[in-house]
Amino acid sequence: MTSLFARQVGIAARLQPTDLGVESGELVALVGPNGGGKTSLLRALARIEGAAGQVSIADEDLDQCSLARRRQLLSFLPASRDVTWPIAVRDVIALGLDRPDPARIDELIALLELDPLAERPVDRLSTGERARVLLARALAPSPAVLLLDEPLSNLDPYWVLRILAILASAAQSGQAVLVALHDLGQLDHFNRALLIADGEVKMDEAPAGLMASERFEDVFRIRALNGAWSIRRQADPRSSQ
Amino acid sequence: MLLAILLLAAAIAHLLLPVGPLREAQAMDPELADLILAQLRLPRTLLVLGYGAVLGISGAALQAMFANPLASPDISGASSGAALGAVLGGYWLGLTQPLLLAACGATGALATLALLMTLAGRRADTATLLLAGLAISLAAGAATSLALALAPSPFAFYDAFDWLMGNFTDRSLAQAAAALVPAGIASILLLRRARALDLTALGEDVAASLGLKPRRLALEVIAFSAIAVGACVSVAGAIGFVGLVAPVFGRHISRGHPGRAMAPAAAIGAILLVLADMVVRAVPLDRPIPVGVITALFGTPLFVWLVVTMRRRVTA
Repeated sequence: MTSLFARQVGIAARLQPTDLGVESGELVALVGPNGGGKTSLLRALARIEGAAGQVSIADEDLDQCSLARRRQLLSFLPASRDVTWPIAVRDVIALGLDRPDPARIDELIALLELDPLAERPVDRLSTGERARVLLARALAPSPAVLLLDEPLSNLDPYWVLRILAILASAAQSGQAVLVALHDLGQLDHFNRALLIADGEVKMDEAPAGLMASERFEDVFRIRALNGAWSIRRQADPRSSQ
Repeated sequence: MLLAILLLAAAIAHLLLPVGPLREAQAMDPELADLILAQLRLPRTLLVLGYGAVLGISGAALQAMFANPLASPDISGASSGAALGAVLGGYWLGLTQPLLLAACGATGALATLALLMTLAGRRADTATLLLAGLAISLAAGAATSLALALAPSPFAFYDAFDWLMGNFTDRSLAQAAAALVPAGIASILLLRRARALDLTALGEDVAASLGLKPRRLALEVIAFSAIAVGACVSVAGAIGFVGLVAPVFGRHISRGHPGRAMAPAAAIGAILLVLADMVVRAVPLDRPIPVGVITALFGTPLFVWLVVTMRRRVTA
């Protein structure tokens, strides 16, 4: 079942017009060099101002549907963890919901182990703690599509694994999950990967095939050597071919 | 609830105190006492309450919009711009209609806020915002002085001094209405954006992904704040610090939510301005001191405290 369908989405000078379809239950990684367009693609899919094209989720055009409906269709988590105001953790999560739902908030607080922080102002937390709070906000309405920009940055190893598990179970329950990330070691946890560079989607396949390809190494300017990534030298015979 | 009771008490106290003249009038002629209450005391009380509430609401809205607890009608230069607009309208265009003067004040405030947005951007860091606001305030202040000095009427300067820094004496019901009707409408429109402003706390991108239009919201906040502040300034002068301080306490009540802080900030702003005006009336001088002097006197230490706590948070 197609969950998200994007037609000719783009952002002037940042992202070429792109078509994209994501099935419900898919866990999709967006990888690519800095400035390649991962964030731009997520922003275009989230219909943030300045985005061209058309996005529909569950056959509903996002630009046409009501604010309440939109919350059920998608959540966007930006890479920035900044919150200006001293809002309590519990209240930040509540901002993700259309109407008060203490049971759902408790559930998310338990899921992300935020109990000891629940009443603390979010602007006083560490970056990693804020990352969990803001992810909880994005998860709160259980939307059809999750667009997450680097949700695994600033996290300790335990939380990287925990959140990968949370995302996997979100996908299992039928949500479509798109995640921008930098750590190529995390790609194994995804069932589809997009390679994004120069403002376009260069490759779109299973993570294993992606990483094995020459194009992947070209774009990232690295190569696999003895089971680890290393910087590709200018004189590398493969790149001169 | 407590806030509502305090607000009511402050309003009644402001209306009835000092009670001596009312008693004397009552003894001479009951109708005279009613007249004093309805024609003199009531416009003043309404104006003080309304202006204080406007400062609280627009201060909270501007702070939410700029994502900065130091944005406010005075620091952004909006009050100075409104004063300039009203001075130009009153002394150069010869306008006397309160509503037209209110329009001039709103135009001046709008021009300064638009300039601030252009100079500093929507989510400027504190230094940029303060410096741009300071530059605009100084320029508007200088332009106001110049406009008064060169005004056709030689008495403009003395005349204007009486209201420029805040004065509520002898305002008619028509003047109060000219300030409060547009300000009231603009304030209601601001209050209706509380939820949207709360969501911008998560960042403009999140707000936009939820279907809000951050750019349009910013323009609305600027336009409505300018109308509300401009109309009040044109009748009662530019009053500082209330719009800066009331939202800080408002956010304590709204548990940090910047948009939801508007309503409590309105009540707190009204209470603060009522207290300041009661101080003005209580000071035994033969000519009234401007209300803005009182609010600055009490507001400056609070402002310093705010800056110090902000700096501590940044360095922590």
